[in-house]
Amino acid sequence: MNALLPLPILLPLLGAALSILAGRSRTAQRVIGITILAAVTVISVVLLVAVDRDGALASQAGGWSAPLGITLVADRLTTIMLTVGSVMLLGVLLYAIGQPGAERNHVGFQSVYLILAAGVSASFLTGDLFNLFVAFEMMLTASYVLLTLGGGREQVRAGMTYVVISLLASALFIASLALLYAATGTVNMADLAGKMAELPPGLRNAFAVLLIVVFGIKAALFPLFFWLPDSYPTAPSAVTAVFAGLLTKVGVYAILRTQTLFFDDISRPATLLLAMAGATMLVGILGAIAHDEVDRILSFNIVSHIGYMVMGIAMFTAAGIAAGIVYMVHHIVAMTSLFLAGGLIEHVGGSSRLARLGGMVRTAPIVAVLFLIPALGLAGIPPLSGFVPKLALVDAGLVGDHHLIVAVSLVVSLLTLYSMAKIWSAVFWNPATEEPEQETHVVGRLGGPPLMVLPAVGLVLVSLAIAAGAGPIFDLAERAAVDLLDPAGYIEAVLG
Amino acid sequence: MTTSLAFTAALLFGVGTYLILQHTLSRILIGLALLSHGANVLLMGSGRRGTPPLIGSGDPDRFADPLAQAFALTAIVITFGVSCLLLALAYRSWILTGTDEVEDDVSDRAIARGGHPDKEITDEEAWHEQSLDLDGASQDTEPAGRP
Repeated sequence: MNALLPLPILLPLLGAALSILAGRSRTAQRVIGITILAAVTVISVVLLVAVDRDGALASQAGGWSAPLGITLVADRLTTIMLTVGSVMLLGVLLYAIGQPGAERNHVGFQSVYLILAAGVSASFLTGDLFNLFVAFEMMLTASYVLLTLGGGREQVRAGMTYVVISLLASALFIASLALLYAATGTVNMADLAGKMAELPPGLRNAFAVLLIVVFGIKAALFPLFFWLPDSYPTAPSAVTAVFAGLLTKVGVYAILRTQTLFFDDISRPATLLLAMAGATMLVGILGAIAHDEVDRILSFNIVSHIGYMVMGIAMFTAAGIAAGIVYMVHHIVAMTSLFLAGGLIEHVGGSSRLARLGGMVRTAPIVAVLFLIPALGLAGIPPLSGFVPKLALVDAGLVGDHHLIVAVSLVVSLLTLYSMAKIWSAVFWNPATEEPEQETHVVGRLGGPPLMVLPAVGLVLVSLAIAAGAGPIFDLAERAAVDLLDPAGYIEAVLG
Repeated sequence: MTTSLAFTAALLFGVGTYLILQHTLSRILIGLALLSHGANVLLMGSGRRGTPPLIGSGDPDRFADPLAQAFALTAIVITFGVSCLLLALAYRSWILTGTDEVEDDVSDRAIARGGHPDKEITDEEAWHEQSLDLDGASQDTEPAGRP
């Protein structure tokens, strides 16, 4: 089983190389991309089942033993994230193939997309803080290219903001790595967990805050989120969907992993994290309400809902973290489907500005359903996928006496519903108030090209499946949360 | 030695931060380069000093820490690659806009004014307008993304 661990990283990299070699044929490139990502999905599911049955797996790539070598670890959290991530990457790849536009035909699109997939897998699997940095860079460099592939003016402007802020975060990450290494003499995460306990409490506290800032930029936490709503909407909707679904979640994953593994109850800045979570929710949703473009509203909603996950994490109880994990799973799927639906709206209506869209419930009823289900799910309407994690978050918050953040989260839920209703009524219900500038597309029975609609349908079905299977998924997340709060199994798997 | 490394890193961080806060792209780029140099210097300073760590060349207890140097090398290579990409982006930005300034976000400006942007410009149109502006220069400004 250990031999499977490097495959979610190696297969996409191999696929990226093959894809470049097959550059003359778009069909061959697409077959390679789909095959590789399907294989990664299968491997992730196998790993999830194995890890849930037998406990954490670790492998030392290159044969150097644990604190020195390249460690790959899979525990329950890792495999949950890998599985959801790879399902989503596969769905969006199909959608991107179906989407008309210059980017999908670009010779580099498929290979860069696969490198992004490898970077995401590596971030989840690595058991080494320095390799986490390398994995981040792999993922981010691929995302810079995907964001600016069209080379238009808006894309270059937005890409610039994105690259500069990411580079700044990377420099900060290297600096904190240097300080950590100087203080403890190791970057292996399991080893760090032990060595960190020997440091003075003040220093541990400083490291905890430093790591929150580093990963908070990637996760788009308040007040470090300003780059996100500026840069995401300029990319084609398939690319934005991947970014929205996965990249910020990798940041949240890193926060969850490092805070639980390295720090104890005293040195974790739980109150700071809770305050940041509340502010993220509130500011994000207010931004969503102020804007009037579908892409922008959805982008601000990403920011807002990162707050919910961090709220769960910041309680540092099994119930809270479990709720946060289920929220992440739900949000990855719901947000991706919303962006896919947003792309369909733009394709059908010829614009993403609310005033120029209208009446689409009659012209494209399937797109309307595809938007409505994840939108209501995002707001937490029962029985859709957002309801159970939100209820669990509120419950965990009340048990832990965090009344203020619970109140904020409930108000933000209502405002989410408002922002979704704003899109719904402007795009689908009411007639357009301005003439569209771009031509609208004559739609067939599906409301768009079949390869765009079907992956969106698939992801919506996945989100319904999450809602239907919320019980078992929540149990799994609870086991993952217990592992995180008592990392003895993780440390033993790595250090032996 | 460690103190002087720390001072160097602090100086690089300071100058880098100042440059990043400027409004011209070229300065931001130089600022980023200085910042990542600062981080690399810090990384170099994090390991033990000593003789070159070659097996058989001397007493292993007096070897320098090779891991910190390996980290720094990896970080330098990654920063180099990303800086190249950033330079290419800056060049493209200069071709498209003709200035070195960092532009504001169209939609943000509109919200700040309390109104809506007057006109939605797609990449296609922006590109078209730009190529008319630049006139003869259109040949080498063809976006690479076009098949």
